Amino acid sequence: MLEIVGKLVLVAAAFALLPLLVGQAEHKVMAHMQGRLGPMYAGGFHGWAQLVADGVKFAQKEDVVPRDADRWVFKLAPGVALVPYLLVLLVVPVGPDGQVVLDLGLGLFFALAVMGVGVIGAIMAGWASANKYALLGGMRVAAQLMSYELPMVFAASSSAMAAGTVSLTGIPEEWRWYWLPWQAVGAVVFFVAGLAELRRPPFDMPVADSEIIFGPYTEYGGLRFALFLLAEYAGIVVLCALTTVLFLGGWKGPFLNTELGWLWTLAKVGVLAFVVIWLRVSYPRMREDQLQKLAWAYLVPLSLAQLALTGVLKVAFG
Amino acid sequence: MSGQEVVFALLGVVAVGAGIMVVTTRQLVHAALWLVVTFGALAGGYLVLTAEFVAWVQVLIYVGAVVVLLLFGIMLTRAPIGESADLDSGNRWVAAGVALATAAVLVTVMAMGFRDDRMPLKAGGGSADELGASVFRTWVLPFEVLSVLLLASLVGAIVLSRTDIGGGADIGGGTDIGGRADEEGGA
Repeated sequence: MLEIVGKLVLVAAAFALLPLLVGQAEHKVMAHMQGRLGPMYAGGFHGWAQLVADGVKFAQKEDVVPRDADRWVFKLAPGVALVPYLLVLLVVPVGPDGQVVLDLGLGLFFALAVMGVGVIGAIMAGWASANKYALLGGMRVAAQLMSYELPMVFAASSSAMAAGTVSLTGIPEEWRWYWLPWQAVGAVVFFVAGLAELRRPPFDMPVADSEIIFGPYTEYGGLRFALFLLAEYAGIVVLCALTTVLFLGGWKGPFLNTELGWLWTLAKVGVLAFVVIWLRVSYPRMREDQLQKLAWAYLVPLSLAQLALTGVLKVAFG
Repeated sequence: MSGQEVVFALLGVVAVGAGIMVVTTRQLVHAALWLVVTFGALAGGYLVLTAEFVAWVQVLIYVGAVVVLLLFGIMLTRAPIGESADLDSGNRWVAAGVALATAAVLVTVMAMGFRDDRMPLKAGGGSADELGASVFRTWVLPFEVLSVLLLASLVGAIVLSRTDIGGGADIGGGTDIGGRADEEGGA
């Protein structure tokens, strides 16, 4: 009982802290990559306290609901967007031998299913805002999810097939170094499709600020907007953690897997999060037709080919 | 009643209540959102019956994909905020009758077929291992037949939606381009 409570506290702390770290890293990495300083004075060293100041600012703002909006759905949407990612963190293992809150036998399916629910939050926000730009954004969110869910599930299935289990603690246990070349295509497809599901650049057509303002989040301000931002960063953490567990061996490192497993996991998640930020700075936004073409003409066939490769090699050598 | 039965009954009440809201609400998008609650409660029901795999697939497919598709369809056509007056179909009493009759048949069949038999629930009975073994060993033939059926419907959908391969002859068929241009000119 005490163990469970302790783990829950740890997960809550991770959920509160990791997305903020990713957010802060995004500010700083983007600033350095683009050669602009940004806030450098708050708190002293590299303006680290600016994030706290931003949080205070969000909390102080007035909670505005547009007159014509659907009040209930409008207010519910940020929660629907955020909570699923918290639930996914419950089943992500950080180390071997039960360093996970809930060891579900079907952890992979749980994670994928719950991540899909989070997108409904953005669709609800887009519709309930009573704003045509928000509605357009909501539709783009829905179209994007429907295209990218399929390659994501296929790629995840490939990893599960290779391991012979759908348990998120079982997959890293089966992981060997030769998975890196063997599952490389699947890993890339999973990561790219996950980015698209999170609507991160270059897949940020649904929130394209230069044409539809901020898509589903146009009418949001203050704390509710902060919750959406938090959901985005929590989504990055969850996506990076799932990629780590499925394709990069989770807690397996060069040495001391049992003692330092959590550190290896966190290091891999951190590197992947850095890649997510790097992609945002490097690539321009994709057009809606390019988005759909990437999913259906490239990612789906690639993930099917990966499934076939996994199956053939598994039967031949397994 | 055991704790399991209480939870199962509560989930049933939620599922039926949300289902009633789906058909009675006067707001189109709310109907789709109530459907999320119904599917969620159903998934919870599967979980209580130890059918874990079915439960998560229910959430993945129905909540994550089918409802999103529905919402997309509604937003693409019309999604007014507030009540729509024309949502009630004139057939609703007939539909209610059919629904009640179907429910009565199903309940009667279940009651007559199983009487007061009780199935013991064992943990892990609905795990991926068990389900995979029974689908791909015992029931592999029906499974394959079902996949052929799905393939047929997939091919059918493609034929119906593509006019250039002869399925939609009544809207031009893709052969008579000159004729279509004339029609546009006439309109």
